[in-house]
Amino acid sequence: MPESTGPHLIRGARPLGGDPVDLLFADGRIAAIGPDLEAPEGAQVVDATGLIALPGLVDLHTHLREPGREDAETVASGSRSAAMGGYTSVHAMANTEPVADTAGVVEQVWRLGREAGYCDVRPVGAVTVGLAGQQLAEIGAMADSAARVRVFSDDGICVWDALLMRRALEYVKAFDGVIAQHAQEPRLTEGAQMNEGCVSDRLGLPGWPAVAEEAIIARDCLLAQHVGSRLHVCHVSTKGSVDIIRWAKERGCDVTAEVTPHHLLLTDELVESYDPIYKVNPPLRTAEDVQALREGLADGTIDIVATDHAPHPKEAKETEWSTAAMGMVGLETALAVVQQTMVDTGLLTWAQVADRMSTAPARIGRVGGHGRELAVGEPANVVLYDPEAPVGVDGEAMATKSSNTPFRGLTLPGQVRATFLRGAPTVLEGKIN
Amino acid sequence: MRHLLSTGDLSRDEATLILDTAAELAQVGDRSVKKLPTLRGRTVVNLFYEDSTRTRTSFELAAKRLSADVINFSAKGSSVSKGESLKDTALTLQAMGADAVVIRHSASGAAHRLANWVDGSVLNAGDGTHEHPTQALLDAYTMRDRLGRLEGLRVAVVGDILHSRVARSNVLLLTTLGAHVTLVAPPTLLPVSVNTWPCEVSYDLDEVLPKSDVVMMLRVQAERMRDSFFPSVREYSRNYGLDGERLGRMPAEAIVMHPGPMVRGMEISAEVADSPRCTVTEQVANGVSLRMAVLYLLLGGS
Repeated sequence: MPESTGPHLIRGARPLGGDPVDLLFADGRIAAIGPDLEAPEGAQVVDATGLIALPGLVDLHTHLREPGREDAETVASGSRSAAMGGYTSVHAMANTEPVADTAGVVEQVWRLGREAGYCDVRPVGAVTVGLAGQQLAEIGAMADSAARVRVFSDDGICVWDALLMRRALEYVKAFDGVIAQHAQEPRLTEGAQMNEGCVSDRLGLPGWPAVAEEAIIARDCLLAQHVGSRLHVCHVSTKGSVDIIRWAKERGCDVTAEVTPHHLLLTDELVESYDPIYKVNPPLRTAEDVQALREGLADGTIDIVATDHAPHPKEAKETEWSTAAMGMVGLETALAVVQQTMVDTGLLTWAQVADRMSTAPARIGRVGGHGRELAVGEPANVVLYDPEAPVGVDGEAMATKSSNTPFRGLTLPGQVRATFLRGAPTVLEGKIN
Repeated sequence: MRHLLSTGDLSRDEATLILDTAAELAQVGDRSVKKLPTLRGRTVVNLFYEDSTRTRTSFELAAKRLSADVINFSAKGSSVSKGESLKDTALTLQAMGADAVVIRHSASGAAHRLANWVDGSVLNAGDGTHEHPTQALLDAYTMRDRLGRLEGLRVAVVGDILHSRVARSNVLLLTTLGAHVTLVAPPTLLPVSVNTWPCEVSYDLDEVLPKSDVVMMLRVQAERMRDSFFPSVREYSRNYGLDGERLGRMPAEAIVMHPGPMVRGMEISAEVADSPRCTVTEQVANGVSLRMAVLYLLLGGS
């Protein structure tokens, strides 16, 4: 857990990629912004020349695995990994063992996050008991708990029953919650192993058709509009999904959507290696889908980037493709992948990156104190990022307990230098503080 | 060539070399002493995660005819049934000094994975619904043996293409060797991107039969019937089964092939299966020669 520290003076950082200024953090807040600020007595001075300052990142979709699978990740190790990636707040998904479907479990996760202290951990509550898709979980109790849950999801499993989905959407209106749907029509994806298309046919792996995702998104958008509730679509992966969400927003549906860094960069051609490091749900899609996802994120159809950080122990990936676990870690590489796919390609400015990776996810998840403007008086939740420090990705060197990164062996264009949580550095000089 | 994982990895020259080598080695089967000293001192492991008596026996016989030491490693009753991973099994075989591993596995890509973990050669003896390269090679060998050529040959592959590793390997290999392949099946039993494959596609067997030099029937995997790939056995058989009447509409020299096991009465009638134009038993015999050729070439022959 990071020690509480005195004031920090950040010299020469570039807020949202703009002109360099100094920022003074004191008492957990941004105390001053301006040129040539004087360091107060006892202040630690951080040279941030050339570094971009962004509001601390907020991840709406993280798997921390605790309770139950502490061999893959714990709340402490996962939140350390988040801090290394520039995150100051993460949402911990509900598919733990036991499932986070009661006030007791979500409070446990929330308290573990507070004790670790590397970032704020907001639990996601399950929509249905045991993720079984049969009966609504005690959503109200989780909302009223100390964890103040606002995002509910059976992520990993689709709430496929249309009536149950309708009821869930209606129910969360009472406390301004949102249902985050894992869109996957179950019958169309029985036994599916990868994106359905030329590559799956070539490899003899059962295909996962795009329409299985798109059909559920279309249904849920219509349901959400019908009952006047908020819907969030997890990890959008196809061009058709982007088109449907664009159409739904034009209709006035209150829908938001996320895309993962790996879906912005990688395609199903990588599966040719049969290396399960590329096995993920939803699967890697085609180059055409990747392009549509980038354009959708750029024009705001897709609201946010979320990591879907999914750690697995080595043995779960060092096996045959069909028996391997689905998922990839991503907290520590997300910002660099977004730089490569969205900023260096001219699709997003750094100010827009701040919106897609901090402001908008905080708004969707109703996270107080995060995703705020870099302004005097705001909580000093800030990441300092060097966009010109290429780094080779090595899964073994990460802060996460697992090493299942699909970017292993790639060189990404930048790296996080420092992360501040309420003025205290959780990461400094690229290392956990 | 270090491994044989997919027929798609074979050039025309490499595939032809395998067929020519098999033709030479076939003569060994005609001798009273059916054995060559070529692979003496080499170890071949048959690693079978799926039951397949015919394929395993064929590989075993091929290796023994070349004087290799053969170890049959079945998943049943082994450490695999106790939960050992494929990687650990591979490392064990590696430690035992296996020069070649013949693997049959229910998971597509298992042979590719194994090739990352062992130093010896890996032969794919069927992986999930992906490929079965030696089956395709023995099929090509049989066609060339019977009809004298592969270039320009018109081959119809009929039946459950979607789940068939044999069909996949055959399309790739036969195309490389200059044959024209037509896949014939109901649309539900064809891969979704079949229009990108290097072959023709038809839903009409009667239209294709008169134009085919070879008709290769595939087994319909009965275990998948419940998934409504077609309405009934009767309807499937009526549209895609090969009976005597349909056989009569094929060119006089045309042959009927089947990788086995055959389901008589559904995809092929007894009359056709027992016809001299059906090459099923020749395919089995040719399989041994062909697998001898592959082992010989992979393990240092030239």
